[in-house]
Amino acid sequence: MILMENASLEEVREKAVEKMKAENCRILICAGTGCLAGGSEKIYSKLKEMADGIEGVSLEFGPEAAHVGVHQSGCHGFCEMGPLVRIEPWNYLYIKVKEEDCEEIFQKTILKGEPVERLMYTQNDTVYPQQESIPFYAKQTRRVLKNCGHINSEDINEYIAIGGYKALSKALFEMKSDEIIEEVTQANLRGRGGGGFQTGYKWKQVARQKETIRYVVCNGDEGDPGAFMDRSVMEGDPHKMLEGMIIAGYAVGAQEGYIYVRAEYPLAIKRLKIAIAQAEEYGILGDNILGSSYSFHIHINRGAGAFVCGEGSALTASIEGERGMPRTKPPRTVEQGLFAKPTVLNNVETYANVAMIIENGFEWYRKLGTETSPGTKAFALTGSVKNTGLIEVPMGTTLREIVFDIGGGLIDDAPFKAVQIGGPSGGCLVTQNLDVKLDFDSLKKLGAMIGSGGLVVMDEGTCMVEVARFFMNFTQNESCGKCVPCREGTKRMLEILERITSGKGELSDLDMLEELGAAITATALCGLGKSAALPVLSTLKNFREEYVAHVTEKRCQTGTCQAMRKYIINPELCKGCSKCARNCPVNAISGKIKEPYVIDTKTCIKCGACMDNCPFHAIYIAN
Amino acid sequence: MMDYITIDTKRVPIEGEKNVLSLIRKAGIDLPTFCYHSELSIYGACRMCVVEDEKGHIFASCSEIPKSGMVINTNTKRIQAYRKLIMELLLSSHCRDCTTCPKNGSCSLQDLSFRVGINAVRFLNNKKTLPLDLSSPSIVRDPNKCILCGDCVRTCDEIQGVGAIDFAYRGSETQVMPAFNRPLAETDCVGCGQCAAVCPTAAISIHTNISPVWKAIADPNIRVVVQIAPAVRVAVGDSFNIPKGENSLGKLVTALRMMGFDAIYDTTFGADITVVEETKEFAKRLETNENLPLFTSCCPGWVKFCETRFPDLAGHISTCRSPQGMFSPFIKDYFKDKDSAEGKKTIVVSIMPCTAKKGEILREDNFTDGRQDTDYVITTQEIIRMIKQMGIKFEYLEAEAADMPFAVGSGGGTIFGTTGGVTEAVLRRLAKEKSYANLKEISYTGVRGVTSLKEASIMLGDREVKIAVVHGLGEAKKLMERIRNKEVYYDFVEVMACKRGCIMGGGQPAFAGNRTKKMRMEGLYKIDSVSTIRYPDENPVLMQMYDTILKGKEHKLFHRNLSE
Repeated sequence: MILMENASLEEVREKAVEKMKAENCRILICAGTGCLAGGSEKIYSKLKEMADGIEGVSLEFGPEAAHVGVHQSGCHGFCEMGPLVRIEPWNYLYIKVKEEDCEEIFQKTILKGEPVERLMYTQNDTVYPQQESIPFYAKQTRRVLKNCGHINSEDINEYIAIGGYKALSKALFEMKSDEIIEEVTQANLRGRGGGGFQTGYKWKQVARQKETIRYVVCNGDEGDPGAFMDRSVMEGDPHKMLEGMIIAGYAVGAQEGYIYVRAEYPLAIKRLKIAIAQAEEYGILGDNILGSSYSFHIHINRGAGAFVCGEGSALTASIEGERGMPRTKPPRTVEQGLFAKPTVLNNVETYANVAMIIENGFEWYRKLGTETSPGTKAFALTGSVKNTGLIEVPMGTTLREIVFDIGGGLIDDAPFKAVQIGGPSGGCLVTQNLDVKLDFDSLKKLGAMIGSGGLVVMDEGTCMVEVARFFMNFTQNESCGKCVPCREGTKRMLEILERITSGKGELSDLDMLEELGAAITATALCGLGKSAALPVLSTLKNFREEYVAHVTEKRCQTGTCQAMRKYIINPELCKGCSKCARNCPVNAISGKIKEPYVIDTKTCIKCGACMDNCPFHAIYIAN
Repeated sequence: MMDYITIDTKRVPIEGEKNVLSLIRKAGIDLPTFCYHSELSIYGACRMCVVEDEKGHIFASCSEIPKSGMVINTNTKRIQAYRKLIMELLLSSHCRDCTTCPKNGSCSLQDLSFRVGINAVRFLNNKKTLPLDLSSPSIVRDPNKCILCGDCVRTCDEIQGVGAIDFAYRGSETQVMPAFNRPLAETDCVGCGQCAAVCPTAAISIHTNISPVWKAIADPNIRVVVQIAPAVRVAVGDSFNIPKGENSLGKLVTALRMMGFDAIYDTTFGADITVVEETKEFAKRLETNENLPLFTSCCPGWVKFCETRFPDLAGHISTCRSPQGMFSPFIKDYFKDKDSAEGKKTIVVSIMPCTAKKGEILREDNFTDGRQDTDYVITTQEIIRMIKQMGIKFEYLEAEAADMPFAVGSGGGTIFGTTGGVTEAVLRRLAKEKSYANLKEISYTGVRGVTSLKEASIMLGDREVKIAVVHGLGEAKKLMERIRNKEVYYDFVEVMACKRGCIMGGGQPAFAGNRTKKMRMEGLYKIDSVSTIRYPDENPVLMQMYDTILKGKEHKLFHRNLSE
């Protein structure tokens, strides 16, 4: 049913609000990719089955027969504790739910409104029944992720009910294109994909091009390993992103939009397709949107497994059916982007910020965050931290607050070592940086960058050289191969790092890493190459002693680098049973029965079979 | 106040240059590059052209638009270090067995690594060896020598409109290859060799046939006849300090005699035959108004392109063979009796500016009486190598004339080597009066010059004959599409696969600058101007032969015998 005018959208909204209100009890089962992998599909089926059989059962709190809504929602964010189930109106959050728990949840909470305490988050003997009170959530400011976990992301009506597309109405009927651009510019919305470029300025440049055909493109490639902010928005609240794209299209005079989603996000693609189809049914996408005479169509393009296609010009090349390789600039994407037309290319999270800016105004938006980086940022908090998951905080939040207050500190309360921020293009922050206010500019000064928002927390057990090798391996694999410094330079850097982590490095290798890193950073063609050396150079700067130990002493203090592990038999615990020697594939262990055995470290291939087989736990890895 | 930028403290005015690199070169600094080519799109992959501005910002000069007031240094400490490192990285994945490489002495990697000052490569070459592609008679692909500059890919796609090769795989596994790594001979590659002409290394090179020619010369039972194409004479001197575009035919003939060829003829004679035959065919088509337009057929790259990409229009191609294609069977027929008397076999070697000719001679329609007409095609680059192999000091040779009876060729036949030449020669044949005035008038019809698409129209009686001359297959493609869609109509279309015609063929000495290109073209027109015979149909030897030994054999020897 196409909505021919704005008033019709209001009507739809009223109906949707009523429908949601009619659900006396709303159960939202997290159906983000993470929780699905944890088995939340079965939980959903079970609870839905139970709720469907509820007809006629009276509930204590309602006069008529209760209406229970069972929905699959987007990612709740508290991924460490998944599968997650949220139950409204009490806002209970149940963690680590299993299919067997459904019966109890149903009987106690849904029928009687009582909490199941054993499924609730507990910290320091305190139980936190309400989701919002849990320290993980309390310290966050979820704006972009506001609806993730609270609505059924496959039903446009729920989005409309909670106020969605109000901003679009305002933009189409109460504002002019340049007013919209001005609002976004004043809000100083900076690109959330990592570039931090001023969004309003980008839109302004496209709007003032002579060419009348323009495009709006959304970068949903999210290639950083461990980053899933964009995925969660696309899965959990796709309309928020679509609304931003339509407003952008209207502001710059574009008629078509493209969303480039990496092929490895089938669920996000599915949810986006549904969202677009439902929006088209209502005429919120398509010709003459809400009777405004503005037309905008959105297409979805799937990636094909290339990280480099997250780079703007490689992305547009990929949409055009060309080989996904970046090109030289000029011409810039805003002048000649997709199909050589002026193009607005922004990240998913950036678009997700647009609607709230238009609805509430730039002054409201600038109240949060820092002067130069207003607003919030979504981060994927991963690594050796207690509460891994998807968080959103105002820009300017310190690393300490994120890791300790929200993240709950490191696992086993281990001492903090470093945080890798920005993935394969990022550097590491160390203990001295814990109180740095995270925003675009403060990190640049430290030689790091926010990037897309991936945070990997590391403890003393993490080998920083291996971290550098891991990221360089990723970058080398993903290099498109066009320019010499990235194609050949990262290959050589990886070879050196592989040598170092396998115990064959030399001190001169460290100088070579710096030489290659400087050259690649200065001369590479695109952002991938330019930032490829950052993890290496950053860890080399902050943890040089580890590198030096690797090459001069052939020692990896964390024991991570397998080739340099020294397996040692503790003579005080060894009973001389010879089981280790019998299991050693290379006969590196020798000794006499009932006397302590000895491992020849030169012959030892570090397989660990001896340690696995020792009945007396007498074998350890020396640090 | 004129716009200028400052390069290495020198002020350089901006006069419409599209990138900073052009300004740097204008300033007299030959900044090293691999992937930059003034006629191709900017690629920006090699990063050798990086420069530093006064703020320490480093960028590639090939893709930077000049802005007035820029201050640039091309050789700072960092730039020197980075350029050397990029060179070192390229060399580390490259075969360094230069002594046995076909590009030894003319390789950009050799040249630039010496200039930049590489004296050690600190990385190991651990790349897997890939097989060579020897399937095409025209060019050889050696992926092991490729530095992925992409010039061949862009040339084949942008200038030739063929796109037979492109990048495959990713990162350090990237390779240039035809789709699915099919052998080149099984693709739409037309053998024009323009890829080899831009390749800085030996990744793509000419498929040479030098050894069998030496072998034949040494065989006393073989009469080795050689014919020399027009475009060769204004380019062969490039390697011997002879001014660009100068006519070195005389010296070449002397050299060939010293090398042991038994008879030396001029392909210009063959071109004259082509003019006579093709004009006859054209006149017939005009008369019957059938099968118009007529497309020229002397360019094998064009013929293959038409057959593969525009098969619906291929019927318009002239049935005439190319000049070499007509001349060779005639030569063999001429020596037939002498051969049986002397117990010898005659083979024909042609010296061509063209690599596609190596494919032309293998086509079925270039066989007569079951015998391959031309036995070997030797490109200009190859004859230069043979001259050097023998150690002949070419520039000091005395000029000699080619052998009779086929030494006589007209000016109209000579200009076949440049775009518009075939058409101009045909127009001369069509002229009623063989006067000087007509020569002049024809030269002004608009068929001369470097414009991509040249149009002309002449009156034949009271009929207006519309002509199109196009060069470069990319341009030919555009024209064919318009002809196919009936957007335009011409009676006669000349197509040369290579931009500027055969003078810039894939077999010519490569990396010719703009001045050389101009001098080669002018060189041919100069030869034409001083030729005693300018109208092809006034070639007395040819005309006499038509009345005598050629009678009844014209079709068999000179046409592509398609119906058989």
